[in-house]
Amino acid sequence: MTSAAQQAGQSARHLGGAPVIRMIDVHKWYGEFHVLRDINLDVARGERIVICGPSGSGKSTLIRCINRLEEYQKGRIIVGDVELTNNIKRIDEVRREVGMVFQHFNLFPHLTILENCTLAPIWVRKIPKKEAEATAMRYLERVKIPEQAHKYPGQLSGGQQQRVAIARSLCMNPKIMLFDEPTSALDPEMVKEVLDTMVSLAMEGMTMLVVTHEMGFARQVADRVIFMDQGQIVEMNTPTEFFSNPQHERTKLFLGQILH
Amino acid sequence: MARTPPVQSPPPDRGDATGSWLYNPAVRGAAYQVALAAAVVLILYEASTNAIENMRRLGIVSGFGFWNAPAGFDINQRLISYSSTYSTYGEAFWVGLLNTLLVASAGIVLATVIGFVVGIARLSRNRIVSFLAACYVEFFRNIPLLLQLYVWYNAVLRALPAPRQSLSTADAVFLNNRGLFVPAPVFGEGSGLLLVAAVLACAAIAVFGRWARRDQDRTGRQHATGLVSLALFAGFMALGWFAAGRPVTFNVPDLRGFNIVGGLQIYPEFVALLLGLSIYTASFIAEIVRAGMLSVSRGQTEAAYSLGLRPGITQRLVIIPQAMRVIVPPLTSQLLNLTKNSSLAVAIGYPDLVQVFMGTVLNQTGQAIECVVITMLVYLLLSLLTSLAMNIYNRRVAIVER
Repeated sequence: MTSAAQQAGQSARHLGGAPVIRMIDVHKWYGEFHVLRDINLDVARGERIVICGPSGSGKSTLIRCINRLEEYQKGRIIVGDVELTNNIKRIDEVRREVGMVFQHFNLFPHLTILENCTLAPIWVRKIPKKEAEATAMRYLERVKIPEQAHKYPGQLSGGQQQRVAIARSLCMNPKIMLFDEPTSALDPEMVKEVLDTMVSLAMEGMTMLVVTHEMGFARQVADRVIFMDQGQIVEMNTPTEFFSNPQHERTKLFLGQILH
Repeated sequence: MARTPPVQSPPPDRGDATGSWLYNPAVRGAAYQVALAAAVVLILYEASTNAIENMRRLGIVSGFGFWNAPAGFDINQRLISYSSTYSTYGEAFWVGLLNTLLVASAGIVLATVIGFVVGIARLSRNRIVSFLAACYVEFFRNIPLLLQLYVWYNAVLRALPAPRQSLSTADAVFLNNRGLFVPAPVFGEGSGLLLVAAVLACAAIAVFGRWARRDQDRTGRQHATGLVSLALFAGFMALGWFAAGRPVTFNVPDLRGFNIVGGLQIYPEFVALLLGLSIYTASFIAEIVRAGMLSVSRGQTEAAYSLGLRPGITQRLVIIPQAMRVIVPPLTSQLLNLTKNSSLAVAIGYPDLVQVFMGTVLNQTGQAIECVVITMLVYLLLSLLTSLAMNIYNRRVAIVER
């Protein structure tokens, strides 16, 4: 990855102002199973947070609570100036401002790449088709696949599909982007093209929460790294501190297993 | 979809030099095919010589001469003019065929509608709704259709009161054990204008639909197309109605003596067959619809929600289009089943093609081979046409992969 990206990640940036995401004492249960325990997290505008941890530790569940794909039983989550409640209008309002990229891309297989990107702008933002298509093409160029616009998702490689998924989210012009293990389902040679896209997005100042095991990416662009285990935030630190000087036994064990 | 170029065929296998030709798979394959073909020819030969011999012994002349001979029997439900005094066996055939087509097409529409409603209801998050839908499916799917037809006909419709005690509404609609009697429209002078109005209304709806889509493309505004279409249709029809001076009158059924006179009589046999076929087939369609909806991965819904799409639009634009490609092929077989099952009409005396043609006509003429062949060809043709239509539709909803 580029040295410019490294600078962007490591340089001290001013992340001031009111937090764009506030999670206060959030708890979630699946039946008897306590998936999220006492989550407290403030995310500043433009901040990049990487969340890692063993499987089943609740990291995906945590970010899925932010756009209400998951309900939570206790605590508060405030996105921008909207508090998530059971009010459908508020959930819609939050979802419009928060983009999400999934492990398995979840592109709409019956629509072309271009239609995938224009569906939500047309039906949610009520933008004229021409305009939506122009925006979509701009973002497809940014993720470097404008020539695939009229193909269907099934005709693209995994890496290309994931870049389309990123472009599709960006077309809604979100203020926050959530990434749920975006490279875990990719062949190794395709991981880089997706990470490069995410790095360039980070350099433009997008607020990002990324669940990933790509520790190289965490080192380069993260402002903070969060380690989760058994539904709890165990450790939260700058990447330098996190990797060179982990505080908790569980963090050390985890890092020992994934860093060779 | 791009086809892969044909693979260059390998040079013909000449067997290995030491082995006998008995071990050559090509030779073996050819031998099996010849044996099978010979067996088929033998069976056909035996069957046809046997049939010819039997007919010679019974003194039946084969051929289609009976087609124009007078039929001399009555059929109660007929969509074309038919009478025992002057109509031929050929006309009886058309009456039977039209009755089959009527019950099958009405059944296809009704079964599809009920099936989709029940199938979607079974996926409802409302426990009571999904439980009721599950009960419907398990009940009607697991009882033989013939039994259901008997129940509808004998226990439900035959149990209705006699004409003099008819259940009636506003003295215009009568329900009794001879059927349902409703006012029959009589198209007087100027009725053509209504047809013109209907055509104009459809044209206006099409124009509006196109404009609405273009306008959304251009400005992003969304329009309530369904509501406007409904209003347009009602408006045009009302306009035509009054412009033509209320051309349609109704022949209202009336109780006279021991029977109902006038009106449009819907026979209990038809109602029983239609209900039985539709409700039975709908229970299978409901399961097909449910399977189709469930086949679309949860991730699709999540992706749509995360983009801010509302549940209704997500269903319409993301889930159902993908579910349809799973639903259509098995739905086709269910609709074919319904059409073929309509021949159970025989059991309750509905004059469908089988009851009229393979029943009465065959019995009276003894032209077994002709009647059976014609009837089989008709069902074959109907089924092939249905699957052709469904295949064309299926190709349109198929998803491009690679």
